Amino acid sequence: MVAPITDRGSRRPSSATRWLAVLRTPVGACAGFGLLALIVLAVIAPVLWSARAGRTDVAAMLQGPSARHWAGTDNLGRDILARVLVATRLSVELALLATVIAVVTGLVLGTAGVLVGRRVGRVLAAVVNIAVAFPGLLLALFFAVIFGVGARGAVLAIGFAGAPAFARLAQTLVAGIEQRDFVAAARIAGVGRVRILLRHVLPNIAESLIVNASIGAGGALLAFASLSFLGLGVQPPSYDWGRLLGDGLTGIYEQPIAALAPGVAVILAGLAFNLFGESLAKGIGLTATLGRVPLGRAQRRAAPAEPAEPVADDVVLDVADLVVTLPGHHAPIQPVRGVGFRIGRGEAVGVVGESGAGKSLTALAVARLIEEPGRVDASRLRFLGADLLAGPPQVHRRLLGTSLAMVFQDPMTSLNPTRRIGGQLAEVARQHGGLSRGAALALAIDRLRAVRVPAAARRAHQYPHEFSGGMRQRAMIGMGLMGRPALIVADEPTTALDVTVQRQVLALLESIRRADGVALLLISHDVAVVGQVCDRVLVMYAGRIVEDLPAAELATGARHPYTRALVAAVPDMRTDLDRPLAAIPGRAPDPARFPAGCAFAPRCPLATDRCRTTEPPLETDERGRRVACWYAGVSEHVDPTAMTAARGGHE
Amino acid sequence: MSELRFDDVSVRYGTRRRGLTAVAGVRLVVPDGEVVGLVGESGSGKSTLARAAVGLAPVTSGRILLDGRPVPLRGPRRPVQMVFQDPYSSLDPRMTVGATIGETVPRRDPVTGTALDRRTEVDRLLELVELDADLARAFPGQLSGGQRQRVALARALAARPDVVIADEITSALDVSVQGTVLNLLRTLLRELGISMLFISHNLAVVRYVATSIAVMYLGRIVEHGPAADVLGDPQHPYSRDLLAAVPESGHPAAPPDDPALRAVTDAEPADPHHPPAGCGYHPRCPIGPFVLADRDRCRTEAPTTDHRHHAACHYAASAEPGASHR
Repeated sequence: MVAPITDRGSRRPSSATRWLAVLRTPVGACAGFGLLALIVLAVIAPVLWSARAGRTDVAAMLQGPSARHWAGTDNLGRDILARVLVATRLSVELALLATVIAVVTGLVLGTAGVLVGRRVGRVLAAVVNIAVAFPGLLLALFFAVIFGVGARGAVLAIGFAGAPAFARLAQTLVAGIEQRDFVAAARIAGVGRVRILLRHVLPNIAESLIVNASIGAGGALLAFASLSFLGLGVQPPSYDWGRLLGDGLTGIYEQPIAALAPGVAVILAGLAFNLFGESLAKGIGLTATLGRVPLGRAQRRAAPAEPAEPVADDVVLDVADLVVTLPGHHAPIQPVRGVGFRIGRGEAVGVVGESGAGKSLTALAVARLIEEPGRVDASRLRFLGADLLAGPPQVHRRLLGTSLAMVFQDPMTSLNPTRRIGGQLAEVARQHGGLSRGAALALAIDRLRAVRVPAAARRAHQYPHEFSGGMRQRAMIGMGLMGRPALIVADEPTTALDVTVQRQVLALLESIRRADGVALLLISHDVAVVGQVCDRVLVMYAGRIVEDLPAAELATGARHPYTRALVAAVPDMRTDLDRPLAAIPGRAPDPARFPAGCAFAPRCPLATDRCRTTEPPLETDERGRRVACWYAGVSEHVDPTAMTAARGGHE
Repeated sequence: MSELRFDDVSVRYGTRRRGLTAVAGVRLVVPDGEVVGLVGESGSGKSTLARAAVGLAPVTSGRILLDGRPVPLRGPRRPVQMVFQDPYSSLDPRMTVGATIGETVPRRDPVTGTALDRRTEVDRLLELVELDADLARAFPGQLSGGQRQRVALARALAARPDVVIADEITSALDVSVQGTVLNLLRTLLRELGISMLFISHNLAVVRYVATSIAVMYLGRIVEHGPAADVLGDPQHPYSRDLLAAVPESGHPAAPPDDPALRAVTDAEPADPHHPPAGCGYHPRCPIGPFVLADRDRCRTEAPTTDHRHHAACHYAASAEPGASHR
């Protein structure tokens, strides 16, 4: 039920800016700073404090904290703080080394499937799955025993112990990328397997791997501390934090600070790695929420106080000045800007336009399905005479739940896959109609029969995945019929369906409309479908209605140049095969940057300076048709001299 | 001369007991320089057939021949190329347009054998698909859907193919853009003399592009003939059904009154996992055993294709004398 809020074609921020954006969040900044401090410390600490950390002082053994030794001294009188600082380098070095081993081994195991073919790949996947099943620390201990005690053994042990997790991650990511068509296209082009791996697969999984590697580094640091603490890791005279922790722990009751200082260091460093990884993950995964301007600061559009007009009884839906505001990257965007229309009882109204024109958002706004942080404003939004802008939301929900049916493009996402169809339909009647369980199910079966689902009683006990696409769409419409709908809002209901099934669903909507006088708001990118089903058509462009005309006049009577171009661009069964199809140059504007004046002017063959500066109002003519164009009805093949005159001689 | 011939091609997935025959013994010829439109509903095997031609789907039996020789699926020379449906998935988001197209450019011209320079080739191809040469440095994320599909087309043409397979290449595009892509496609086909298998579910689009039309149902070609003939005088009831489903102005026809006819009109599309016996179309056929009394042979006997337009229907008109089975 998520609306296509941003156009897929809209520009994504480049990866450099996204990585920078991570650092601009508070957590990201802290983690980045902590990591930087850790690296600086690892580089300079041994240079500065090595001598101090190594100097034994028999006179000052096992001292507590003092002005000279902030964290006290150990059993040879060496300064513990200096030792903790100096140990930073070895601890971080070993952790990073182990992480590199884990990532590289994991990557080799995980991506080998691309190179060696399907059968061997399956065996590899099984091996990785088994390895993942073992706890990491157990594996590390196992490897530590194999590779021997000492720093090198510990690095190898922790590295290989972490490898299965990365292999699994890489396998999953690679599987996702391999399904994409661009890998298939490269295969068809004869690109070799190694090249496909290096050029197509690895770059597309790198981000997620880096994120997980930085979290993994934090884990490796902790694992090292554990191994050294157990005496399996770094051996004297070398020392890392784990070693210091182990040494300090022997005298924890006399001198707790000796164990505490390296412990704090491990925690801080681990936190820095983990938080950095987490904030990277958040920044890369949820780019949309980063750096967006919250709507609260945007000025609210003051709804003009309008005298309540006497509304005729047969108006089902009455909308005026509908504005939808969504958070954008820099400023809030308004993909729907001042849409107004009425739907009468039993009327079928179509909405057409390109993607990003605001069609779906208009429908969602009418059904009150736009949730925070999106916002809907209107000067009038009345459904069956009830003002949806005022009054308690519960009452509206009840009214909309029983009287407005919503049909989406993909019924699979609107039906709960874990529940039987009949139960889902019955729930509507139990919620809103207060029916008993049995009565509700009987009604559900009756409604399924009404939408011509064959063997309705049996199929009511099936799950959504057992239904075909067309049957699911029928079930969805049937769900809408559980109440007594006065309006069906159908958002691209047949786009995902085959033409023969599309015809069935459209015929079904038509017969429901005929039988019960239900109004229909049909949203489609397909002008032909809308022209076939609807009485009236609203043409939307850049968040506004640019034309409102009877469907019968679509082909011949359209007055807006956009409507005419839209109709002419679609081939039908009578299109002249010897002439090129009409084309609309350029592309639909980005909702973040609607042009001044008429939004269609940059693509319009009739556009003049007036169009580029002043937006034409939506004017109603004596027959109730509406159009927003300064040159409405002007033919495109106009005498250029006449056009110059119309422009007022500007050029 | 480059002719793509599907010779009794079958594609089966899964095991013998729980398998699925996506393509069942298809014979189809894409003649030199012609565009064959392939229509049918989802699950009919159109895309599987296309993917088999470029080696993305395993051919279980039969052969796919280019000018009498098996289509090469290894080595640098790939004379059969494919353009995919979704231009948002078919371009690598991490590669520039120039790199994407350049990757497919062969080292040497397959005809003359002269060495090809990648950069000049990319410029030439971008011009061919009417895109600005500056776009070679752009990433797919900066392009609109129509521009992306042009890039995908340029990438296919970069391999200097003899046959291009276009799998629903306009169905992911906005209607305003679809027209320009179709115009470009027709110009390119005319200028380059490429043969094409053009797959679409939209009959009006196929009519605009194709010289002949093949109709596919449940893995089989059920009708095949020159575009004007198939559209003007469809022989198979499924072809007629497809034609009737094309939306035209005027309210959709109310469901028929005859309950038997209504049942077949509302019948569910066949499940490829459990294809019906006999003629695969009989459960939905308006002139089949569920509507007319004397048609029981449709339930048991698979129809032959020796009818007009090679229609696989027992009750199609017989072939005109002189028409040969290609």
